Amino acid sequence: MISKKIVLHFPQRLVDEPIVYKLVKDFDLKFNILKASVTPEEEGLMVLELTGKAENYDSGIEYLNSCGVKIQSLSHDVTRNDVKCTDCGVCIPICPVAALEVDSKTRKVAFHNKKCIACELCVKICPTRAMQVHF
Amino acid sequence: MKTIKEINEKIRKGEVVVVTAEEIIELVAKKGAKKAAQEVDVVTTGTFGPMCSSGAYFNIGHSKPRIKLGGGACRLNDVPVYTGFAAVDIYLGATAIPDDDPRNKVFPGEFKYGGAHVINEIVSGADVRLEGHAYGTDCYPRRKLETYINIKDLNEAVLFNIRNCYQNYNVAVNLSDKPIYTYMGMLKPNLGNANYCSAGQLSPLLKDPYYKTIGIGTRIFLGGGIGYVSWQGTQHNPSVKRKENGIPQAPAGTLAVIGDLKQMQQKWLVGVSMLGYGVSLNVGIGVPIPILDEEVVKAAAVADKEIYAQVVDYSRDYPQMIPGSIAEVNYSQLKSGKIIVQGKEVPTGNLSSYSKAREIAEELKKWIKKGDFLLSEPVAALPGVESGYGLKPLKERPIEQSPQEAR
Repeated sequence: MISKKIVLHFPQRLVDEPIVYKLVKDFDLKFNILKASVTPEEEGLMVLELTGKAENYDSGIEYLNSCGVKIQSLSHDVTRNDVKCTDCGVCIPICPVAALEVDSKTRKVAFHNKKCIACELCVKICPTRAMQVHF
Repeated sequence: MKTIKEINEKIRKGEVVVVTAEEIIELVAKKGAKKAAQEVDVVTTGTFGPMCSSGAYFNIGHSKPRIKLGGGACRLNDVPVYTGFAAVDIYLGATAIPDDDPRNKVFPGEFKYGGAHVINEIVSGADVRLEGHAYGTDCYPRRKLETYINIKDLNEAVLFNIRNCYQNYNVAVNLSDKPIYTYMGMLKPNLGNANYCSAGQLSPLLKDPYYKTIGIGTRIFLGGGIGYVSWQGTQHNPSVKRKENGIPQAPAGTLAVIGDLKQMQQKWLVGVSMLGYGVSLNVGIGVPIPILDEEVVKAAAVADKEIYAQVVDYSRDYPQMIPGSIAEVNYSQLKSGKIIVQGKEVPTGNLSSYSKAREIAEELKKWIKKGDFLLSEPVAALPGVESGYGLKPLKERPIEQSPQEAR
């Protein structure tokens, strides 16, 4: 079993297609929608956590690719500007999945982007705006 | 017993013993206060957090023909500055924002750029756009000025903060059922988080609780350069309740500080945007504490677990000026990541960077050891516990309009 968080970009022509339904029906994958939106250019954006058997996962990704869905790993989309971050830690209680954590010794704030679900709560509450989202 | 003069002699000779406010805790625990007072000459402190009552003044030099900005209007990168001085002296406040910033019209406002960010850019050496309007006089005929300015060309660029370095602070929580946006950060409903703002055991005034060594004229690390304590800060309130160790249990003393902005560093003066609240300036300050005797070293060795703060509700009590505290917690608990309030486990967040405070204490230690930084004798004491000096609320006296005035 594997579980990965991915960002899907749907071109306009696919916005009406039941793509996630197919992932479940044909590839036996479990999904958890973390975020979904349609941009002004009518492109669809969806952040999914996809779980299933490794071979099913790979075929599912292959299917998405064949439809023309652009796939990115979520960890590339939420980043921290380490120059701007002052390691204050005001973001820590805001993060719902403990992706931001303060080291008890160094008191520096670590960002575990693998845990991040891109809720973006930290982005605007960061006093120096060090957390950045690039969808 | 040691004097500041003797300590400075040691600094000059390169024999001074300096430790940070963290290191002294362990040292006193191991060797005792008496021995520590003999061995250690200086303890360095540090803090790096948002301090709203900050700003800088500039003398931009006279244009040809001359302009009198005093009584006129002036902006730096669209941020309005105070011009109520002579011709070309201006003061830029950290919280000032451009006239066209939407503020909280679409709530919560983002406050992405303000005076604090301009100060950061000026310190970095970047060109800043100045726009000035004046009414024109015989001796200052010019009415309009638009130019880039740069810190290296200014006659004076001086950081002058009227309240910094709070001795202890509240822990902010939200007892209501809606999120609120405060200067203490976003507070989630029903005790969703507890935000504090202090370097605790590294914080300057917490390590000299009775202002025995820190006074007017004390030379300090300010914004990465050298500054001075110029006065007690506004809202200085030494008479709050204290624990047996002398540490105030609520916001108490404050400092007004001043220093040459031209020597400071961008890294230690950082503009911050508090969602739904406004702009503020993160200021880096470090104060050296000369270890004159055993009493001074005992106070400097107080640890997080012995420093207590009050948990205050920012949904109702704070805005409505209702005094009171929901709970009392210490900084060791706050730093553990969660505290218990009204039987509930509440995650904590700090607005003040502890790792940066540590970096400042280390930097100041380095300066003193190298002989670059001598300690100064305060020229006057800050108002102390017995002074009667305190923080008064505003006594509002409604202005009744006479019928003539109303017209």
